This record gives sequence, structure tokens and C-alpha cells, in this order.
Amino acid sequence: MANVSYKSLDKVAGPLIFVKGVDNASYGEMVEIKLENGERRQGQVLDTSQGLAIVQVFGQTLGLNTTGTSTTFLGETATLSVSDEMLGRVFDGLGNPKDNGPKIVSKEKFDLVGSSINPYSREEPSEFIQTGMSNIDGMNTLVRGQKLPIFSASGLPHNQLASQIARQAQVLGAEENFSVVFAAIGITSEEANFFIKQFEESGSLERTALFLNLSSDPSMERILTPRLALTTAEFLAYEREQHVLVIMTDMTNYCEALREISAAREEVPGRRGYPGYLYTDLASIYERAGKIKGRKGSVTQLPILTMPADDITHPIPDLTGYITEGQIVMNRELHRANVQPPVDVLTSLSRLMNQGIGEGRTREDHRQLADQLYAAYAQGKDARALAAIVGEGALSDLDRKFLIVANDFEKKFVHQGPNENRSIEQTLSLGWDLLAGLSETELTRIKPEFIAKYAKKTSTGGTNKSE
Amino acid sequence: MVDATIARISGPVAVAKDLEGAHMFDVVRIGEMGLMGEIIRLEGNTAQIQVYEDTTGLKPGEKVINTERPLSMQLGPGLLTSIYDGIQRPLNVLAAESGDFISRGKMIPALDQKKKWDFIPVKKNGDQVSPGEIIAEVQETPLIKHKIMVPYNVSGELVDISEGQFTVNDKVAAVKNGKTTDIGLSSWWTVRTPRPVLRKLAPDQPLLTGQRVLDTFFPVAKGGSAAIPGPFGSGKTVTQQQLAKWADSDIIVYIGCGERGNEMCEVLSQFPELIDPKSKRPLMERTILVANTSNMPVAAREASIYTGITMGEYYRDMGYGVALMADSTSRWAEALREISGRLEEMPGEEGYPAYLGRRLAEFYERGGRSIVISPEERQGSLSLVGAVSPPGGDFSEPVSQNTLRVTRVFWGLDANLANRRHFPSINWLTSYSLYMDDMADWYKSNVSKDWIELRKEALEILQKESELQEIVQLVGYDALPEPEKGILDTARSIREDYLQQSAFDEVDTYTSIQKQHKMLSTILEFGKKEADVIKKGSTSAKVGALESRGMIPKMKWTKEEELEKLLNDINSKMKQEFDTLSKESSN
Repeated sequence: MANVSYKSLDKVAGPLIFVKGVDNASYGEMVEIKLENGERRQGQVLDTSQGLAIVQVFGQTLGLNTTGTSTTFLGETATLSVSDEMLGRVFDGLGNPKDNGPKIVSKEKFDLVGSSINPYSREEPSEFIQTGMSNIDGMNTLVRGQKLPIFSASGLPHNQLASQIARQAQVLGAEENFSVVFAAIGITSEEANFFIKQFEESGSLERTALFLNLSSDPSMERILTPRLALTTAEFLAYEREQHVLVIMTDMTNYCEALREISAAREEVPGRRGYPGYLYTDLASIYERAGKIKGRKGSVTQLPILTMPADDITHPIPDLTGYITEGQIVMNRELHRANVQPPVDVLTSLSRLMNQGIGEGRTREDHRQLADQLYAAYAQGKDARALAAIVGEGALSDLDRKFLIVANDFEKKFVHQGPNENRSIEQTLSLGWDLLAGLSETELTRIKPEFIAKYAKKTSTGGTNKSE
Repeated sequence: MVDATIARISGPVAVAKDLEGAHMFDVVRIGEMGLMGEIIRLEGNTAQIQVYEDTTGLKPGEKVINTERPLSMQLGPGLLTSIYDGIQRPLNVLAAESGDFISRGKMIPALDQKKKWDFIPVKKNGDQVSPGEIIAEVQETPLIKHKIMVPYNVSGELVDISEGQFTVNDKVAAVKNGKTTDIGLSSWWTVRTPRPVLRKLAPDQPLLTGQRVLDTFFPVAKGGSAAIPGPFGSGKTVTQQQLAKWADSDIIVYIGCGERGNEMCEVLSQFPELIDPKSKRPLMERTILVANTSNMPVAAREASIYTGITMGEYYRDMGYGVALMADSTSRWAEALREISGRLEEMPGEEGYPAYLGRRLAEFYERGGRSIVISPEERQGSLSLVGAVSPPGGDFSEPVSQNTLRVTRVFWGLDANLANRRHFPSINWLTSYSLYMDDMADWYKSNVSKDWIELRKEALEILQKESELQEIVQLVGYDALPEPEKGILDTARSIREDYLQQSAFDEVDTYTSIQKQHKMLSTILEFGKKEADVIKKGSTSAKVGALESRGMIPKMKWTKEEELEKLLNDINSKMKQEFDTLSKESSN
């Protein structure tokens, strides 16, 4: 029903408008809303039946009235014009230029709600991305085509971590087209400026496309912002053979916008008022990461979300964790102890790590070394908890050794400067340094042949069987 | 008569009006694109339809066509090695026809319609046949013979059967009994109806998985059902995949229900390369995959577990042992909740529909070891393993609770264990298996007479360990008496040298039940000897420094054929060292 206009609205409720007398608006169709004063806003059909269409307005509903506002059904679903020119540009949350540059004009129009990739056509992500961060490369390796969120909380330096990854990320031995798509979802202008400055300083701004929906912008735009970013990323990846890193921050704001619409529609809520389809909706965003057989590019996602009240069981981090391939969790205690970045390695995880590491990718001992470090760190943390009660003196010799490993692990391995870029060899070597204080029988996760080949001996015992 | 048209669209739910003569659960094609949907509520001539594909772009007024058949699937040779979506569309064919992204409104037959199969009759013309009787075989893959059976409601004289090459749509025989009923190489079955059996049998044989913590401590029976709930990152999916790879069943049905695309891709790329340890053939030759990833339409996700279990039942009816893994049933329940919400039904707990428990129970009841319908005694089994993903790892939520009510094995995944990379992170204190008593005889006659005792002993030591840990928390490790330290040593050995198992190590990934027995008895034997010398005055620290102690972790990395030599070495070393210690101490 291309370009049919309706003169009146029946009802305005929150971000939704109800248009009567519409017979065949299609589901998902874009709508242009014209206010009495001539101002135009965009919307999308959420529910359509004969005689009534419910339209979600992107932007505020300030100034809308039921008599003078007209709506035009545009006859097409949401699309984005895409082109190579998008790199180096800044757009608002609806995809309009924000940098005084020209509008993107292109014959290539992509559907915003991408079709799902056929699982059969996917290629298994297996290219190791060296981020230069020991806690990621060594313990929770990132690979191309992965979606690895950062679970953070207010007041923690997740932006620094994300920008450091964006600056340092490289695939070993590969000189390829690399670009970044950045989606700001309801973050402050300060945070957005931080990222822009980082991109500028590292000289990567000209291969970055930015979509900015700031906290002062209408919350309904946030539904579209990540999809604009991902549509751009898919275009760059699959049509232009780029390896695209998509940073989306903050997904918590996206979920809140979704809850707002759900509440306005008077839907039956799931947990904490979030709609029952939050999982499906988030999946439609996160699942757009990946690689496709026979195509060169890839989409790697690094979403950032802040956990309300540091609660990892909150529906947003919880559902995200079930969809994404792992998570990097930031921890307030480590932050207070001045471990930077304060990544809690124990609760972090990369599900695709095994595909990206090992012989020919990183090194043969990587998996087992990481497992051993995990186990030793966990045991050392237990010893620390114990020492808090009974005093360090009452610990067994073994516990004391693990306590040292745990302390060193945080101070030397996880802790690293914002400009420190460690190679994977440095990271692994650092790992073996930490284990040097343990004897061979305590290294139960590592095959004897690797211990023989890589273990470092210290003068104070270490790998000494008869202590 | 007015043509049926769409009256309303809201997400995955559409309303059709003027749909005359429709039945509940009839499949309809809606809109110009012909999207597939299923009727889930009827009011007069108005039907609510859950649509299996994305509804973007549909308009009120577009046509709706009733196929007048409930969601059903074609069962016949060619199912094995296939990869389907939730409504039995082969994903590889879909990719070839419509590209890397799934396009809508495509109907693709589930089975290769052109391929000719070698049909070898085992019954001849003139034989009297009854329902379920096997009349012919087709070598479906080098591993599996596909049995062609007489349909359930047909009996009489077999006619028109002869050896030859046929496609799945060809008639291969007929049965005469007053009227003549044709038998095709394939048949149709409605997915929401369980395939009947004659009677169910007691679950007295274990489904061996090669996973030590499962086979030794918490075994599931052939035809039994197990639930693995766990928070994200606790290793649910890896455990499920290990089961799919190593479980000793003839057929594997793996349902990726609302899971990650990359994870399904991993399954798709790994399974064809895996070799079955017994037959040395690719595992894929006995596997059916159903992949409906989290971003594929939610209604198809709801259907996917029925699609999977129907195929499982079909092979069970042929007399095979089938193991079905569903990862994850929580995503299925969420699909149910989403559709229920769109129908504006009154919600039960946490927004889930009131019939959640019933639906889950119905699903698990479709498993079992059974005498299937057939004139000869034929046994088949269908074991069900369902992963549950409780929000926030909280097992008190409705999906976990309703699942636990109907399953008899609980593999409780533990985030703490996973965080310290103890894999598989199955908590030995909270998990249980209610099949152990039924299966005790099997273990006694097939593994060893002392198996049940060993298992009990090991579990007791672990239980004791958790009690001692509490004391250690209060007084410190050093304050423990030596015998208690000895128990902690043995418990640690059980945890690290036995329960921890790497899915990614060539050798460690699978352990036969015989090797499990030898490993466990060696560890417990060491523990007994330790307790003995401690009684005589030695210390846990001295025992810990023994060379034989350092040899115990090697057991799991050792290939089965080299195990005997290692065990001999450990035993002789152990004997020698403990003798020395015991002499030292008593002096």
C-alpha cells in the first residue's frame, strides 16, 4: 500500500500510535508521521489488522495529536542504503548523517532485519585474533566471527578495554581489510567522545562507521541503532570482503527501550518486566556475527552491557550469556585492587577458544596451560579466602604456593597498561612463569611432555619432586 | 464460499478469517509468499496461526490456504546424515537453492526425491503380514539398515513385492485384505502424535557414554531420560556433544533448539569428521541433526523437538537404540511462552503458559525401552537427554522444576566447578541417578563384582571431603589430623585424576567402562594404602611425594592398549614405596 496517507490518529500511548481505518499495512512496514507543524518523524508497524495499525514511533511523541497528525505508509520495510562511503562517517541513531556530510546515496539497499544465516552455510570461526591482552589471548581467546560481550557495571573501565581491543586487534600473519562499526546505544556524549578520540588517535577513524544514539536522543531509536550498525557490518563483510569488528554499547539501554514498547503494548511481561521474547529479540542481533563459507569477510561482535547492580543473573546479562559465545566479566573488587583491566578471568569464558588455539594457531600447550592457570588461580583464591579467616600462617604449604600464584596472576598476568600490546608468545611465557613455583605433580592439567618442553624452573624449588 | 484471508499479524502470530472446515493444528500456507504456519486456536471460521517463518511484509487481506493436514513429516531412507531445520527442511538443500541466508516460503522435501535405493525384501509375495512387521531392508548408510515396516493399521496378504531400485515416493509392495493398501518406501507421520509401542520394559541396561562421571556415578539407562540443567558457560553443550559422539546407541538425533549458529556450525563441521570407535565409520552415518538456531523463527523452534523425537521413534520402531539430545529445552519452553503471550493467554509461573508441565511430561514420556509393535518380539529404545538453561542458574524456575519431575537422572552442572575449569562440571554431590538399582546386576555381570562397592566408596569419600572442607574453613588445613588429610588426598585424586575429563584430548575424551573400573580401583587402592601407612605413623605429605602418586594422573592420558603396562608399573612401584614407608614409620 505504497504512500497512502491517513489524516488522523486514534490514540497515542507512550511510543505507540494507533491508526484507524488502515486496511492493509504490512507487518514491519515503515511509516512517516507528519506533525501539524510540518515536522516529520519515522515509525514502524508493530501490529496490523483490518481497520487498525499499531505503529511504533522512533523519536519522541511530543507534539503529536489525534486530529492534526497524518501518517503515510511507505510501502516498504526498514532498509538502509549502504556504500563504501560510510566508513569515516558519523550517523545518528536512525542512520542520518550527523557530521554535516552528504546523505548516503546508493543503489544498494539492505533489509535492516537481516534474514538468518543458514547454519549449514556458516563457516566455523577459527582464526585467532591477537588482542594483545593476556587475559583475553591467554585465557579467553577471541576468534574471528565470534560474539564476545563485555559484562561490566557502572563505574568500571569497560570502554577502555573495548577501545584497547579495537586498537590492538590483529590476526597473526594477515594483512587484510579491517574495519570497525561502532554503535552507541543511549550512552552519554562523553563516552561517545572518548571512543571517537581513541579512534582518531590510533588513526582508525577513516575505517570506522559510527552510529550514535546518545542518552538525550529518543529511546525508541535504540531499537534501530544496533540493526543499522549490523546491516552496515554485513554489507562491509559479505559484499566488500572486510573483517568487521562491531562494538555496541550499551546493550542494557537497548533492552530497556524494548521493555518500554512492550509495556506500552500491554504485553504479558516475563522476568522483571522485560518481554517474554527478549531472548529471541537479542538473538536476532547477536546471531548476526559470524563467517560464511566461500565469502572472505567476517563480522565479529563486541557488545558491552552494564549489569544492573553488578548482578550477572539479571535477565539482560543472563540471556546475553546464553546467546553469545562466552563473556568477559569485569569485577569491582579487582578494580578496587587496582588490577587493570579488572577482568575476572574465572567467570569469563570464550566458547570458541578451542577452535582458535593450539598447534599452528597459537601454540600446542596453550589449552592445557590455560586450564592449569585457571585451576591454580581458583585454588589460590580459595586459599586467600581461607587465609582471611585462619591467617596466612595456618595455610598448608601447598595452599601458600597457590596463593602466590593467584596474587601474581592478578598483578602480572591480568594487569597490563592501556598501551601495552603483548604478543601471544609473551602471554604464554608469562603463564609458565607463574607456574614455576609449583611442582610437577601439581600440574595435573598439563601433559608431561609439555611440562618437559615449556616449564620454567626456579632456583627456589619449583618442579622439584622431593620437597 | 469466500476465500480465506489474513485479518491480523502480530509478530509470529497471524489471524485468518473465513477459514472454513479448518481443524486444530492443520498446516496452512499464508500470504503471497506462502509462509508455513499451524492453526493453534479456532473460533468459528477464524483461526489463530503460529507462523514458522518471519512475518515481516505480510499484509491483512492476503490469501490463506489450508493444506488440511497437521504438521507431518516424511519418514524413509535418507533421514540419516541429514541436517534439518525445525520443520524438516534440509538445510543443505535450502542453502543450495536459496543461498547463504534463509529465504522465506520455500518448501523443500525432507528426503531426496530422486535417489534410488536398493530395496531387498525379507518377506515374499503371499506371506501373511501384521502391523509393524519388517518386510524389507534398505542399506541406508554403511552402518545402518533401514527397515521397511507394515503400517500400524494394516494386515493381510503381502503382494507386489520384489527386489529393485526405488525412490522414496515409489510404491514397493501392497497388502491385500479385502481392499488393497499400498506400502511406499517412505511413510508420513504427524509429529505431535507419539508413535505407539506394545509395552515398555524396565530400564536395566546403562547407556554407556565413555564419560567417567556419568558412567561411574550417574548413569542413565537405555530408554531412560536425563536432565542437564546448568547456567551458561557451565559446559552443557559440550556435555551434550560428548554424549552424541560417544554414547553407545545405534542412532543419534541431535536437536539444536534455539542455540547459537556458530555452535551448530561446529557440530555440523565436526560430526562428519568423527569416527565411531566401534565401527570405524564416520559418526554422521548414524546421526540426524535438527538445527533451529536462536535467530530462526520461534514457532519452528517450538516444532523442532517434535520433529526430532518423531524421527527417533521411527528408528526405535525398527529395533534400534536411539539417543536423542535436545539442547536446550528451555529455549523450546520460551518459544511456547512467546507464542502463548501473543495469544494473550493467561500466564502461569514466570509468564510460562499453564500447560508447560504437561507438554514437557508428554515429551519425556515418548522415550523408553519398549517392545515395539510387531508380530515378532522386537526391542527398541529411545533415550532422552534434555539440557535446561535456567535463568541465572537458579534451578527453582518452572522449566527446571517441571523437567525434574519427569526425568530420573539429574546431571547438575555447577558454575563454580566450571569457573575452575573442572570439566565436565557435573556436581557429584547434587547429581543423582535413580536407575542405579535397576542396573546393578548389569554392572556386576558385565564390569566387575565389586563395581557397586567401588562406586559407593568413591562417593562416600567425596561426601566426606565436603564435610572436611567445612572444618578446614574454620580451623585451617594444618590443624587436621593426618588420617583426615589422607581422605582429602584421595578425594582430590578422585576429582582430578578421575572425574575431570578433557573432551578435547584424543585419549581422554572417551574411557571404556573397563578402563574406568581399573582407574577407579587403582585410585582407591592407593587411598587404602595411604590410610594404612598413616595409621602406622607416616604422613600425608610423605605419601604425596611418592613417585607412584605422580604416576596416577597419567592413567587418563594413556591409551587403552597401553594401560595394562602402566598399571603394572604403578602397582609394583606403589607396593615397593608403601612397603618402605611402612617400615620407616614403624621403626
